[in-house]
Amino acid sequence: MRDQDRLPTSPGFWRSPLRGPWFTSVLGLVLLVGITVLFVTGLVSYAAYNPGLSPVNDTTPDKGLLGFYLFAWPTDPVWLYRLTQGVHVTLGITLIPVLLAKLWSVVPRLFALPPARSVAHALERISLLLLVGGGLFEFTTGVLNIQLDYVFPGSFYPLHFYGAWVFFAAFVAHAVLKTPTALRTVRRRLRDEPEEGVEPAADTLVSPRPDRPTVSRRGAFGLVGGGSLLLFLTTVGQSLGGPFRRTALLAPHGTADPNGGPNGFQINKTAAYAGITAADTHEDAWRLVVTGRTGTVRLSRAQLLQLPLHSSSLPIACVEGWSTADQWWRGVRLRDLAALVGHDGDPPDVLVESLQRHGAFRRAALRANQVADPRTLLALYVNGEELSPDHGHPARVIVPAAPGVLNTKWVGRLTFGAL
Amino acid sequence: MTPRRLRVAPGSPFQLLLLACSFALAAYAGIRLLAGDWFAVALWIVGAALLHDLVLVPLYAAADRAVIHGLAAAGQRAWTPYVRVPAALSALLLLVWFPLISGRSAERYRLATGLSPDGFLTRWLLIAAVLFGGSAALLALRVRRAAKQRPPAPH
Repeated sequence: MRDQDRLPTSPGFWRSPLRGPWFTSVLGLVLLVGITVLFVTGLVSYAAYNPGLSPVNDTTPDKGLLGFYLFAWPTDPVWLYRLTQGVHVTLGITLIPVLLAKLWSVVPRLFALPPARSVAHALERISLLLLVGGGLFEFTTGVLNIQLDYVFPGSFYPLHFYGAWVFFAAFVAHAVLKTPTALRTVRRRLRDEPEEGVEPAADTLVSPRPDRPTVSRRGAFGLVGGGSLLLFLTTVGQSLGGPFRRTALLAPHGTADPNGGPNGFQINKTAAYAGITAADTHEDAWRLVVTGRTGTVRLSRAQLLQLPLHSSSLPIACVEGWSTADQWWRGVRLRDLAALVGHDGDPPDVLVESLQRHGAFRRAALRANQVADPRTLLALYVNGEELSPDHGHPARVIVPAAPGVLNTKWVGRLTFGAL
Repeated sequence: MTPRRLRVAPGSPFQLLLLACSFALAAYAGIRLLAGDWFAVALWIVGAALLHDLVLVPLYAAADRAVIHGLAAAGQRAWTPYVRVPAALSALLLLVWFPLISGRSAERYRLATGLSPDGFLTRWLLIAAVLFGGSAALLALRVRRAAKQRPPAPH
């Protein structure tokens, strides 16, 4: 070994014959599409919380211009959030091998000398720190959050949201600078023209003294794709639900449903976790307090059951990416409760408060379009049985297409029109 | 070698403009990202890049090299993929699902979801066993086929 090749700053230090423009370009183009989808579905999820509606929905009050695109989240189709968030989480997990392979393919660049050839080059290298650090930060916080391992320094929502914008700023610059080269490399290869830069050169990633290959490029792509496929197949079932849940062998909400029976579907936070006791929800103690234009009404569960009951089939879809198939809910329409307190015909926004004493979303605001939807219920029954404590007994809100956490459980108070 | 430049070259104006825009947006979001525990967040971002490039990559590259050299020393260099593929896939699953497999968040998981946190390690081990087992079976098949194709040794 030549002495200078002992250092990673020397191109000769990097021996893998796999590295080169073709390998990096293909992985880069996959990430270009994949990360764009992740970013868009992430922004969609952010909008789905209706953070512009009320401070109680907003974990990022200082978002400023970053909330420029916010819109009233619709209630149709009912599986909308199931789809967008299922794609966000499942695709993110599936892309991990591609991300790791891409970073591996360009790791010699980290050590390349001289540190900067020009001001623009120096800035580009600083930008790459935001790209790599920001990207790994986004993937890591996401992967930890869905496994309930809250070791990251702060609340998940602001970290993942602002982190996404930092990462995306660097990602766009990188994509603009590199996509033309990547496309040229791939196009040339597909036309069977000789690959540009197969000759080892400082900036081509091709090793000047490659080792004997132990795997072909095709084999390496196979390994990356196989890793993605394996992750996909052991995860996607938690978003498909039904019989497919069994196939999600390692996903947090895979393999099994809790207990059995009509209430045997996935739980985000149990009553025990939320600190709800039987004393809180007992028939004699619990009253629903409904406030609106004409004053306040207090209703026992028996009185609620005297109101017209309606049914709707709606899923639960969590920000963590898992979801359930449609469950059959039965209860009082939220707009009927609005009418009880003087909001006839044109129901306003509502603030929903849980009996929970702690938890980020123990209070949630729903927009007028969500309240007005006839499928939006204060549910008392699910799948023909009373709600179980873990699913929000004595009453919970269920809204079509809304993120799971806005379907407040153990509801104690509804305040119409006061946001 | 290019001769040492005496003055700093600015580089492409387009690239400068693009990076300036990128940094402006990153700074706008970054101020908000760092509004809380700024040091810890910055440490996580820089640390993630360093941990990946300076620890994870050298670690798995060394493991891979050890496998190749070990098998080469045993005269079985062609067996490399049969070890590398199941090992890489198992390690990938462990990396992604480490909190659940290791049971780091087991208590919170049990309390929050009402599900048992106990199956993850077992299922990961089973998947790894299937991957290694399948790989071994393929290798055995290949070795047998190669032995059959070889002409019988003269007596």
